[in-house]
Amino acid sequence: MKRERAVRLTIVGFGHVGGGVAEVIMRKHQELKEIYGLDLRIVGIADLKGVTINEKGLSEPEIAKFRDGSVLAGMSTEDMIREVEHELMVEATPTNVVDGEPGVTHIVTALESGRHVVTSNKGPLALQYRRLTELAERHGRELRFEATVGGAMPLISMIRNNLAGNRIISIKGILNGTCNYILTRMGEENLPYEHVLREAQEIGIAESDPTKDVEGIDTAVKLVILANAVFDMDVTYRDVKVRGITEITPDALKLAHDAGYAIKLIGDVDDEGRLEVAPRLVPLGDPLNVNGTLNVATIRTDLAGDITVIGKGAGPIEAASAILSDIIGIYAR
Amino acid sequence: MKIAMDIELKDIPGQLVRALKPISDLGGNILSVLHQRDKKTPSGRVPVQLVFELEEGRLDRLVEKLRGEGMQVVRIGKERMKDSMVVILIGHIVHSDLRDTIDRIDRTGFAEVVELSMSMPGVDKKSSASLVISAIGKSELKEALGILEDTAREKGIMVISPI
Repeated sequence: MKRERAVRLTIVGFGHVGGGVAEVIMRKHQELKEIYGLDLRIVGIADLKGVTINEKGLSEPEIAKFRDGSVLAGMSTEDMIREVEHELMVEATPTNVVDGEPGVTHIVTALESGRHVVTSNKGPLALQYRRLTELAERHGRELRFEATVGGAMPLISMIRNNLAGNRIISIKGILNGTCNYILTRMGEENLPYEHVLREAQEIGIAESDPTKDVEGIDTAVKLVILANAVFDMDVTYRDVKVRGITEITPDALKLAHDAGYAIKLIGDVDDEGRLEVAPRLVPLGDPLNVNGTLNVATIRTDLAGDITVIGKGAGPIEAASAILSDIIGIYAR
Repeated sequence: MKIAMDIELKDIPGQLVRALKPISDLGGNILSVLHQRDKKTPSGRVPVQLVFELEEGRLDRLVEKLRGEGMQVVRIGKERMKDSMVVILIGHIVHSDLRDTIDRIDRTGFAEVVELSMSMPGVDKKSSASLVISAIGKSELKEALGILEDTAREKGIMVISPI
């Protein structure tokens, strides 16, 4: 039996992802204790409704009550981050690529208060990567963000841990499941973009305002996080050359297919400074040619050659999986 | 036959003319000259990429003459168009002068459009096309793609290139 270590955490942002994290931590509580010796306790949850806390750890009924909007503590989110004693904050508020708020404030407050931070929020990392990682370093805390890129796909931790010692030459991939779904369906059914977009909206794969996905912004934001975290660049998403998929025609997909290619929205970053999101031709037999809502990335390295990771890019439980692995990663050393 | 040659010149006036003269003296036909004064080699020389047609038997004499003029012949590519690439275009391809788009690549001498398939759904709708571009080498192919991308940007056409 391993020695147990109690880790108190707060969750800021209690939408699909934050809720998924709470669910996974509750569901796996015993397993995490037995395998990793980690006794994870959620001592505070905050979202737009307010804050709920329990220093001994919130129970499932207490969390359910918070979800219904009752049992609110009279304090602000920042007060909770600062004043409630805990070791780690999970930041899961929605991405804002204009100024990164409120995520930036939450992360800064947490690091300055001596909390480790695990986040699924792309905005703060795409806009203020350098500042936040330096702040974490100065306070001797961890800032982890596996969930921001490729959902459940282990990309950043795989590169940092399993591929340690390799020089990373390039990363190319499909980092947005909505675009992949639309292009896949257009190609399979020979249907125009507008038609497939509507279909994707009806079944919940595309949002009612699909701009961020189809114009390539979401892919660009993820690419920037990879560029900063893996290639040590200091860029924001405004530095990315971006083209989306709105102009792709079924005819183009067919011509490409006849020539032996699929058209995919590819994020492309390399060690010579390339930083681009664009529809590209992917050979039909290439591992990057995955269909439906899947995400994929090929990492080119100097020693290990090409490594391709395929996985579910979106979804609350998938994001929670990445967040949980970050949390375990911080304490399992 | 078509020959691609990379040479390096001293950075003093008149060198380029002295490099080109022997080619025409030997009956060659110069197809393209890429003179990159801003991209000097570590030894301070200026790289020049030439493409010309010349009878094969005269190539050795040309190289001898160029070396005699103090120029460095870095690479000689005798291959015909050996690298190729598929690209897809989407936009008003025909109405933006397709012939001119293709000519701009063919005119380089080191690359050409060897295949074209088109699909035109209707007069006002955007058409789609797939092109195969061939070039005498990888770097020339990349350059031809650059020319196509510049042309397409100017004409509002989207270019989709391979990964």
